[in-house]
Amino acid sequence: MIDRPTVTQLAADLRARKISSVELVRACLARIEASQPALNAFVTITADQALEQAEAADRELAAGRGGPLAGVPIGHKDLFCTAGVRTTCGSRMLENFVAPYDATVVARLKAAGAVMLGKLNMDEFAMGSSNETSYFGPVRNPWKTDLVPGGSSGGSAAAVAARLLPAATATDTGGSIRQPAAFCGVTGIKPTYGRVSRYGMIAFASSLDQGGVIAQTAEDCARVLRSMAGFDPRDSTSVDIPVPDYLAGLDAPLAGVRIGVLKEFFDTGLDAGYERRVREAFAVFERLGARLCELSLPNIPRSVPAYYVVAPAECSSNLARYDGVRFGHRCSAPRDLADLYKRSRSEGFGPEVKRRIMTGTYVLSAGYYDAYYLKAQRVRRMITGDFERAFAEVDLLMGPTTPTVAFALGAKSADPITMYLNDIYTISANLAGLPAMSVPCGFVDGLPAGLQIIGPHFAEQRLLHAAHRFQRETDWHTRVPERCA
Amino acid sequence: MNAHQGTRVSKGAATEPGAAWETVIGLEIHAQLATRSKIFSGAPTAYGAAPNTQACLVDLGYPGVLPVLNAEAVRMAVRFGLAIGARIAHQSVFARKNYFYPDLPKGYQISQYELPIVAGGTLDIVLEDGSRKRIGVTRAHLEEDAGKSLHEGLAGLTGIDLNRAGTPLLEIVSEPEMRSAKEAVAYMKKVHTLVRYLEICDGNMQEGSFRCDANVSVRPAGAEKFGTRAEIKNVNSFRYVEKAILYEVARQIELIESGGKVIQETRLFDPDRGETRSMRSKEEANDYRYFPDPDLLPLELDAAYVESVRAELPELPDAKAARFSAQYGLSDYDAGVLTASRELADYYEAVTRGVPGQPKLAANWVMGEFAAALHKEGLEISAGKLPAERLAGLLARIADETISGKIAKEVFEAMWANGESADAVIASKGLQQITDTGAIERAIAEVMAQHPDQLAEFRAGKDKLFGFFVGQVMKATRGKANPAQLNALLKEKLPG
Repeated sequence: MIDRPTVTQLAADLRARKISSVELVRACLARIEASQPALNAFVTITADQALEQAEAADRELAAGRGGPLAGVPIGHKDLFCTAGVRTTCGSRMLENFVAPYDATVVARLKAAGAVMLGKLNMDEFAMGSSNETSYFGPVRNPWKTDLVPGGSSGGSAAAVAARLLPAATATDTGGSIRQPAAFCGVTGIKPTYGRVSRYGMIAFASSLDQGGVIAQTAEDCARVLRSMAGFDPRDSTSVDIPVPDYLAGLDAPLAGVRIGVLKEFFDTGLDAGYERRVREAFAVFERLGARLCELSLPNIPRSVPAYYVVAPAECSSNLARYDGVRFGHRCSAPRDLADLYKRSRSEGFGPEVKRRIMTGTYVLSAGYYDAYYLKAQRVRRMITGDFERAFAEVDLLMGPTTPTVAFALGAKSADPITMYLNDIYTISANLAGLPAMSVPCGFVDGLPAGLQIIGPHFAEQRLLHAAHRFQRETDWHTRVPERCA
Repeated sequence: MNAHQGTRVSKGAATEPGAAWETVIGLEIHAQLATRSKIFSGAPTAYGAAPNTQACLVDLGYPGVLPVLNAEAVRMAVRFGLAIGARIAHQSVFARKNYFYPDLPKGYQISQYELPIVAGGTLDIVLEDGSRKRIGVTRAHLEEDAGKSLHEGLAGLTGIDLNRAGTPLLEIVSEPEMRSAKEAVAYMKKVHTLVRYLEICDGNMQEGSFRCDANVSVRPAGAEKFGTRAEIKNVNSFRYVEKAILYEVARQIELIESGGKVIQETRLFDPDRGETRSMRSKEEANDYRYFPDPDLLPLELDAAYVESVRAELPELPDAKAARFSAQYGLSDYDAGVLTASRELADYYEAVTRGVPGQPKLAANWVMGEFAAALHKEGLEISAGKLPAERLAGLLARIADETISGKIAKEVFEAMWANGESADAVIASKGLQQITDTGAIERAIAEVMAQHPDQLAEFRAGKDKLFGFFVGQVMKATRGKANPAQLNALLKEKLPG
């Protein structure tokens, strides 16, 4: 019953009373429970609450009421605060942290009628590209369980890929929606910075973090995003621009749309097989009437170094609140204040988080601030400038989401630099605050590859439109890992 | 903020016997803004509540929460900036000042660093000799306060009260342009007066709503370079500021003259011992790793906004004092005293309106009996103990000669004690001045009859006895005889 249905299909069937939310949720929960030993996609499963919410949704639907997502099961990445349900951020530090409030994203999706089935595993504090930094153990790739699912939203991507859920929330600071979506063969959108409220979304790097969706299709992404997005007075960086109906015009023709192919994304690091899949996708767009041209954004190669200054700098400050005083992990029997800080933080954070806190502390220190932080901010402006010039000429930019398909667990965990380079194509959109998607575009050696689509600020609709038209022509997004079928 | 750079005084100058030293002082004043809610959250700012009852998730630095700037705090900062003739930044930036402390929930304080909201203003202070001195205000910036660590009554433990965390502060940084403790106090008082005029701070120093850090250094008179400074933290009374600076100046001079060197450090003033003590040296100082707070966009203020705030500014202390001098014919000193607070100035003006044509009489009474009575009971004008119309009612009776100034003091005391009007007190106690010539003449005649010996002596040329007769008639009339009339009549009657 639930192997294939999308959010779109399920929402319609629920409204038509062809299925009930309770039976749907029960089926999903059963699949989730069964999948946990192999995939480990969930940190917390909220079965009882989910069934209660499903019953409520069924009553609403029976009365002809209910929001646009009434009764639809979803999961939240475990950094969105959920009142009464622990929010761990994939960290020992917050292993037992229960937020007393709902994140805006959680509250909005709840108001739309969606039913939360649990909290999804992730890299610790969203720092990682493989989900191996989670304190709760790595998530495994449903396509091949000795591979990583990508990160940091690995649980979200794996859960949707394994059809445990039709959609999940996720966040993207440097590729954390798009890269796991690509690795798991699902569709993910990182909206424009400021489009989705960050209130209640535990911060990694505040100027880069953005909440979004991972689902099977662009249409589903549009459907869920419509209920998530919008101005929030509690987030000063959210933007007060009306949210368009992302579902409107999805089927409009693509003829005349100008697509820029990013030259810098086809560098020597890109796997040859992957490149073929991406170029095949370009051909689909050309058939649909889009006009392609090659474009160069000279500052793009500077994205990774700039990102690994800005993001750690912000993280070093954002994570200072985990001091063992008010919430989170506290060491046993601290001798004094310094001991309380040192041991609580040493014990509570994993090695990747510590590495970034130390890097960030260093780049903000007196004597290094100008050379690192200020310079990185200048690079960031240059990259933004590159994109602005590009979008004066084209409507969308496209390229691969990642340089390779999913890699093996442990393959890169010993070398942070190699790991960081996996985000080489995704980071620039975060630095510039642009909306970007990853859409399944075929397979390399039996593993999914992702096509990345980047648009100008607040052009989510344009991205979703292009992705939807692509998905009408292709069936990559409908492929399910054999073991999950 | 470093108000000035430290530079070591040359050893030759330092050891020269009898060298005259010049004191250099800059102040950083923290004024708590009188907003209802905190600078980045909706929690109330009320003082004195039970620990941790006025702190919401934002103040507690909970995971996931975000700051939202309080527009009222911005308006108050702009009011201050305009009042000191400063530039209001078109764009100012909130920055994070990072350090670990248990009462700093986020591990950083949100402040303003490179781009403050207010820059480059001035304030005039009046020196002891009556001359004016202009003090530069380098900048004023918005920031949040931290919580409090409590040690009392918690044996071996530290308690954290986050009620104060997130309270809006305006940090007002002066140029190092004060040259004595007295100047520093005059400046601090001036700022205190101004923030209360502007209704942006309640000025309550006991509760810590208005406190200052003093940067103090000394240099040989005539030297150009500043000496190495010490920063005295968190002094919360005018008297303590003066004492702390005087102590610190003497300490530094003594240190240098005995061959030592002042080191750049933070010191604490201990009011019980009247001394400053080292808290931490420059080497131990934190590297605060300031950077722009990514949770808050740069604060943009356009000219229209600034003008709208300017249009709401009240009459400021200096302008009001000048007007009082001109309009009411008061001395500069009296005008200065009466405009020291907006409440006092408003009270004075209300009194003058109630007794037209008597601005000096009103000034004398407001600064004299009224101020003394308030002071004696430790009351504020706002307590409403004696409404201005009541005091004006009393002064009107002096002006129309119903009572003498001396009787008026008695009436005032009764009014103060029981809240009655002057007329009611005068009527109930029968204190109207006797201006009826016949009645005074009768009293004079009685006194003359009762004191034949003194009358004879007076008439024999002992003029000094005139005063005796004044006193006797006053006694007979219980002080109510009109003094001028009494004098005239006695001069007429006594010689016989």
